[in-house]
Amino acid sequence: MPTVHFTDAQGAVRDVQGNAGDSVMETAVRNGVPGIVAECGGSLSCATCHVFVREDCVSQLPPMEDMEDEMLYGTAVDREDNSRLSCQLRLTDDIELFVTTPETQV
Amino acid sequence: MGTHAAAQPTSVTAGAQTLPTRTGLLIIGASQSGVQLAVSLRALGFDEHITLLGDEDHRPYQRPALSKEFLQGTVESESLIFRSNEYWAEHNVELVKGEYIVRIDKEADGSGVAHASSGREFPFKRLALTVGARARKLDIDGGDLDGVLYLRNADDALALKARVGNATDVVVIGGGFIGLEAASSLHKMGRNVTVLEFGPRLVGRAVGEETAEYFLQAHRARGLDIRLNTSAARFTANDAAGENQNSVAAVELQDGTVLPAQIVLIGIGVIPNTQLAEQLGLAVDNGVVVDRFALASDGTTVAVGDVANMPNPVPGSEPGERIRLESVNNAIEHAKVAAYSLTGRREEYAGIPWFWSNQADLKLQIAGLCNGYDRTVLRRDEERGKFSVLYYRQGRIIAADCVNAPLDFMAVKNALAKGRNIPADAAEDTATPLKTITTDS
Ligand SMILES: Cc1cc2nc3c(=O)[nH]c(=O)nc-3n(C[C@H](O)[C@H](O)[C@H](O)COP(=O)(O)OP(=O)(O)OC[C@H]3O[C@@H](n4cnc5c(N)ncnc54)[C@H](O)[C@@H]3O)c2cc1C
Ligand code: FES
Repeated sequence: MPTVHFTDAQGAVRDVQGNAGDSVMETAVRNGVPGIVAECGGSLSCATCHVFVREDCVSQLPPMEDMEDEMLYGTAVDREDNSRLSCQLRLTDDIELFVTTPETQV
Repeated sequence: MGTHAAAQPTSVTAGAQTLPTRTGLLIIGASQSGVQLAVSLRALGFDEHITLLGDEDHRPYQRPALSKEFLQGTVESESLIFRSNEYWAEHNVELVKGEYIVRIDKEADGSGVAHASSGREFPFKRLALTVGARARKLDIDGGDLDGVLYLRNADDALALKARVGNATDVVVIGGGFIGLEAASSLHKMGRNVTVLEFGPRLVGRAVGEETAEYFLQAHRARGLDIRLNTSAARFTANDAAGENQNSVAAVELQDGTVLPAQIVLIGIGVIPNTQLAEQLGLAVDNGVVVDRFALASDGTTVAVGDVANMPNPVPGSEPGERIRLESVNNAIEHAKVAAYSLTGRREEYAGIPWFWSNQADLKLQIAGLCNGYDRTVLRRDEERGKFSVLYYRQGRIIAADCVNAPLDFMAVKNALAKGRNIPADAAEDTATPLKTITTDS
C-alpha cells in the first residue's frame, strides 16, 4: 500500500496510507492532515496544496507541467527546488513518499 | 479534544412537559461551508457536540467538478468526498444524511429544535445555516419534460450523465459559469452543443466586457454554437406517440427557430435558500443578512456561504456595501469567521475573494471583485494563449481576470492581499512579470 509521511513545519510527523491512483493532496485532505488546504480540490487553481518533497523522493515523481510550475510561484511560503503541488502527485503501488508541509498555505 | 455531549439528547422534565436538553451545535447544510465550519470548529478546540446535517443522501462532496471532471468522467465520485467517515468519527462530528429541515422552533437564547420532513427532531443549543442556494427554475412550456435538467448537486450530475449517452444534441440555457463549463464538457464528450444566452454577453456581470468577449470568441472557435440575445419560448416533445413522448426533443426559440435537443440543461443562476431564515424571522435580503462576524439579525444564528448576504469583505470597500458570493473560497473563509464567532472570538471577515472556472482548455482565475472599475489593462499573449484583464479604480488595482495565466493571477492575488499596487502603465507590457512591478503603495 502506498504511504505518505507528512512532516509539518514544527516537525511533527503523520504517516498516512493511501490508495494507488489518488493524489497526495486527496490522501491528506480525506484524513484531515493539517497543512494542506487544497481549496480548489485539485484542479490546479489555488496553490494551497504546496509540499516540499524529500530530495531522494523527487525522482520517483512525474515531472511538472508548465501550469504547475507557474502556480508554484504564487504559494504562500516561497517555493524551493523540491516544491510541488500535491494535487499533481499521484500515488503508485507501494510508493513511499516523504513530504513536508509549509508553515502556511494562505 | 475534550469530551463531547452525547449524540442523543437526554430528557428533563419541565412542568408537565418533557423537553429535550438542548446540546451542541446543529449545522444545517452539509456541503462546502457546513463541512468547513465543523472542521474549523474542531481545529479551534470547540468541544461541544456537532451535528452536520444535510438533505442529500451522499457523504458531503465538492461541487465544482460536477460540471467539469466528474461530468467528463475523468474523476471518480470517491475523489469528491471531503472527509473519510473515520475523520468524522475521530472528530466527534455526527453526520446526518437525507434529512430535510422544514421548520425550526427557536428561543431567544439561540437554542431550539429543528424539525425534519421525516418527523425527526434535532435539538440544539446553537444553530448554523449553511443551506446554500438552489437552481433558479425556468418556467416555460415543456419545463417538466424528461431531459430538461439543472445542475446543482450530485444527483443532478448523475441524472445528466445518465442521459448523455443517448444524446447527440444538447441545448444549454444560460451563458454563465455553470452553463459554459457544462457546455464545454459536453462538447468535449462529442455532443453538438448550443448555448442560449438571454443577455448581450456571456458570464453576466461576474467579469468585465473584455473577458466576456474573449470567452465568446474562444468558445466559438472551439466549436460551441453560442447565441446571444436569445431566449427559449418552449420545449417540445416528440410528436409521434410512443416511448419518448415525455422526453424533450426540441427547443423552440422566441424567433421561431427550432433546435433539436435530447438534453436541455438550464443554468440561469441560483436562489439562496432563505426559507428557514424567513420562518425564523431573521432579516433576509437576497440571502440571510449577516454582520462581519457571520451572525444573523438575531445575534446568535450564524449563516455562511452561498446563503449569506454579508458586508463586502474586501478591505477598504465602501462602508455599508453588501454582497452575496457564490464560491468555494468564500464558503471556506466565511466558515472560518463563523467558527470564531461560535467560540466567542470576534474576527471580522476580511479577504480578497477569488474564483476559478475551467472551460475546455481555458483556465479562468479571478482575483478580487471588479465592480466599480474605471480603467482596465489588457495583457494578451496570442501565441501562448494567455489573456488577462487587470481592473483599476482611481489608479489602484482592484481585480483581475486571468485565462491560462497563473503568474498574473498569483501576482494580483498576492498584491491585493498585501495591500500593494501594480501600476497600470507599467502593467501594459506583457513581457514584464507583474510580480516585478508590484509597489508598496
Ligand atoms: C456545478 C457547480 C460548479 C461549481 N464550480 C465552481 C468553481 O469552479 N469554483 C468555485 O469557486 N465555485 C464553484 N461552484 C460554487 C460552489 O460549489 C459553491 O459556492 C459552494 O458549494 C457553496 O457552498 P455552501 O455550503 O454555502 O452551499 P451548497 O454547496 O449549496 O450547500 C448547501 C447544502 O445544504 C443543503 N440544504 C439546503 N436546505 C436544506 C434543509 N432545509 N435541510 C437540510 N439540508 C439542506 C443542500 O442540499 C446542500 O447540500 C460551483 C457550483 C456548482 C453547483
Ligand atoms: S489543490 Fe488547488 S492547486 Fe492543488
